[in-house]
Amino acid sequence: MEIDTSDVRGKVAVVRLDGRLNMVAAPRLKGAIEDLVDHGGTHVVVDLTAVTFMDSSGLGALIAALKKARQAQGDLRIAGVNEQVATVLKLTNLDRVLRPFESVEAAADGW
Amino acid sequence: MTRPTGAADVTGIPEFRLVKSYPGKHLLIRVLVVLTLTLGTWYVGWRWLFSVNWANWWIAVPLVVAETYALVDAYLFGLTMWRVKERGEPPLPPPDATVDVFVCTYNEPVELVLATARAAKRIEFPHETWILDDGDRPDMRAAAAEHGIGYITRSDDWTDRPRHAKAGNLNNALFQTQGEYMLILDADQVPDPRILDRTLGWFEDPKVALVQTPQFFVNVTESDPLGSQAPLFYGPIQQGKDGWNAAFFCGSNAVLRREALMQLGIVGYVKATEEAVRDALATAARLMSRVVREARRTSDPSLGTLAAVETAVREARQRLSAGAPVADVTYAFQQRVDAAARSMVAKDMRAIEDDLKAIEELGVDIDAELGVVVVDEDALDRLAERDWSPLGAIESVRELVKAVDVDRDDEAQPMMPLATVSVTEDMATCMRLHTLGWKSVYHHEQLAHGLAPEDLRTMLQQRLRWAQGTIQVMLRENPLVQKGLTLGQRLMYFATMWSYLSGFAAVVFIAAPVIYLCFGILPVKAFGLEFLIHFVPFMVANQLLFFVVGYGVKTWRGQQYSMALFPLWIRACWTAAANVFLGRPLGFVVTPKTRQARQPFPWRLIIPQTVAVAVLVLATLIGVLRLWTGASQAPIGTFVNVLWVAYDLLILSVIFRAAAFRAPDDDVETDPAHDDAPTNARQEQA
Repeated sequence: MEIDTSDVRGKVAVVRLDGRLNMVAAPRLKGAIEDLVDHGGTHVVVDLTAVTFMDSSGLGALIAALKKARQAQGDLRIAGVNEQVATVLKLTNLDRVLRPFESVEAAADGW
Repeated sequence: MTRPTGAADVTGIPEFRLVKSYPGKHLLIRVLVVLTLTLGTWYVGWRWLFSVNWANWWIAVPLVVAETYALVDAYLFGLTMWRVKERGEPPLPPPDATVDVFVCTYNEPVELVLATARAAKRIEFPHETWILDDGDRPDMRAAAAEHGIGYITRSDDWTDRPRHAKAGNLNNALFQTQGEYMLILDADQVPDPRILDRTLGWFEDPKVALVQTPQFFVNVTESDPLGSQAPLFYGPIQQGKDGWNAAFFCGSNAVLRREALMQLGIVGYVKATEEAVRDALATAARLMSRVVREARRTSDPSLGTLAAVETAVREARQRLSAGAPVADVTYAFQQRVDAAARSMVAKDMRAIEDDLKAIEELGVDIDAELGVVVVDEDALDRLAERDWSPLGAIESVRELVKAVDVDRDDEAQPMMPLATVSVTEDMATCMRLHTLGWKSVYHHEQLAHGLAPEDLRTMLQQRLRWAQGTIQVMLRENPLVQKGLTLGQRLMYFATMWSYLSGFAAVVFIAAPVIYLCFGILPVKAFGLEFLIHFVPFMVANQLLFFVVGYGVKTWRGQQYSMALFPLWIRACWTAAANVFLGRPLGFVVTPKTRQARQPFPWRLIIPQTVAVAVLVLATLIGVLRLWTGASQAPIGTFVNVLWVAYDLLILSVIFRAAAFRAPDDDVETDPAHDDAPTNARQEQA
């Protein structure tokens, strides 16, 4: 999976993912977001538009990253959820905690 | 039917082999189940309707209730046996599977752990081996490095947070590894090199989350006085549960699918977060309403800000009830409260200092033994009733919600895939997997061998903890009402829990003949021929069923211990109930870390059983004497009750053998059972 963390605008950082977010990619994603937050990008939008598959480990990485962002007085939101990801969110009830936003712009709105 | 063949492999260890049972065995078992339950229902029905001696209700009712308990137990056992599933040869393992092997340790000797880990490394299927050292011992780390074995300890996140014992140890490791499957081994469970090749194939069904293999102990003598082997459980009972898709996870010698555990972790995280945030906001609402009222009365200049916070709390609660995502609600809420706090100037610093101290004592507490975070309702109430300074009130609301927010500040990691609800994490985890629709498999082939406790004290502690853990799960997450479980699964979990109530029945079964022999008081209207006609057929059918089910394995020890440990089962029931309902600690028993050399006979551990034996013997003498002197005119009644006493004594005798037992090999200094990672074999009393 590709993890692009180059899009940082002040405190708002956009993480673009491409490929399969599974148990192998999850630790890398967690590490990448932790790194971003440590360098001031405390308000993170994870753009899932190009994610072809996500499993529970991927969701776990998002939760761990949410914890990290919140502890730095920031926040984490997800955008561009496709059908497979939406199914996983629903299956685990994680949509009760994280709201899937239409687009990166919609997610970053209000920060 | 698979059973120990008595054959020895190259290491001299007796081995289970996958052996098919003789044809017709299933049918025979079903016939016997129907026969036993019909005769049992007939007997207990006759007892309730025609033979309860209501005049002596104080013993008559307990006795018939105890007999009904035993009948229900027989039904649950019969149901389990109805679907005994012999799986036979496993499918081939998926060639590209990635596997982590976890050896869990806390304080076992380094050599012992290393022996297991080196055997784990020799497992033939490609995998990575890890020692999960909860003791964080430098010499263990060094030994692992020397042998090229992975080493994992708790991350810094766990400092000053609930550790959750073995479940916490595994949860921590889950986030430091990546394999699709994980084999879990207790420190003393030495695996066979083929263990993965023989189990991974069952995962070809994508809904299978767990494959459990038997636990077998090599440091046990032929007569097994401590009842360590559980051949009925790791055999017909697990196979029966498997038939209902309810094979149990027993904490070790099992392979788990990571995806299933992670899903469990996320579902649990969502549930815990939602509930805790809801509770915290409810308390915040009460607190703010009180503070605002007070500010209004004294015309406090900060009234406007306080009212704004009160509104924020109310709106957050409304949005949550309306189904808005928790992270959205809490983020917006924290923003509004932060803004309110900034707009206020701290006027009286001392008052705020007091408030901050009170905030530290928030109603979020940690259960000392389970390490479970509990929201202490009383403390929350006190918090809400406290006199706050305006800024202090806002701070406390902020901290209150922060403590339970989506980042789960009170826990080391937001997700705990393995259940932490009970001291025995395995059963709770397995039940939750089943509620999510996952399947479990019992693979009846001995693929690891371990060490059992070698003295009575350690054995009793281990059994106590299993019993407490099981009853905790029953009280906290009653399987009968768990959504997502099939009726069969509910009953399979309930069966195990039900069996732990046997201690109360045992007391009645000891007391009833004593009362009859000493005082001639009859709980049953007839102890004559009529009684025997109703009782004996049930008794014989039941024993026959046991004989057929357990053919070739030793089931007698298990039968003995299910009654002989009655003080322990009773203690487990009330300590677990006091823990769940009153928040009392389970009660610690100090574990000796190594087996003591030559100890005197441990009378203190078996006082209740000793008293029971003395009373039974005395009652027999009195009963015979009463017959002889003519005080009693009922030779058949006396005869039946003396037989009954003899049976009780035979059952109880095992505990004295166990107490007198000294392990043959004094070089062994290991004690595999400690508070954290006991060999979580759950022996079921059938």
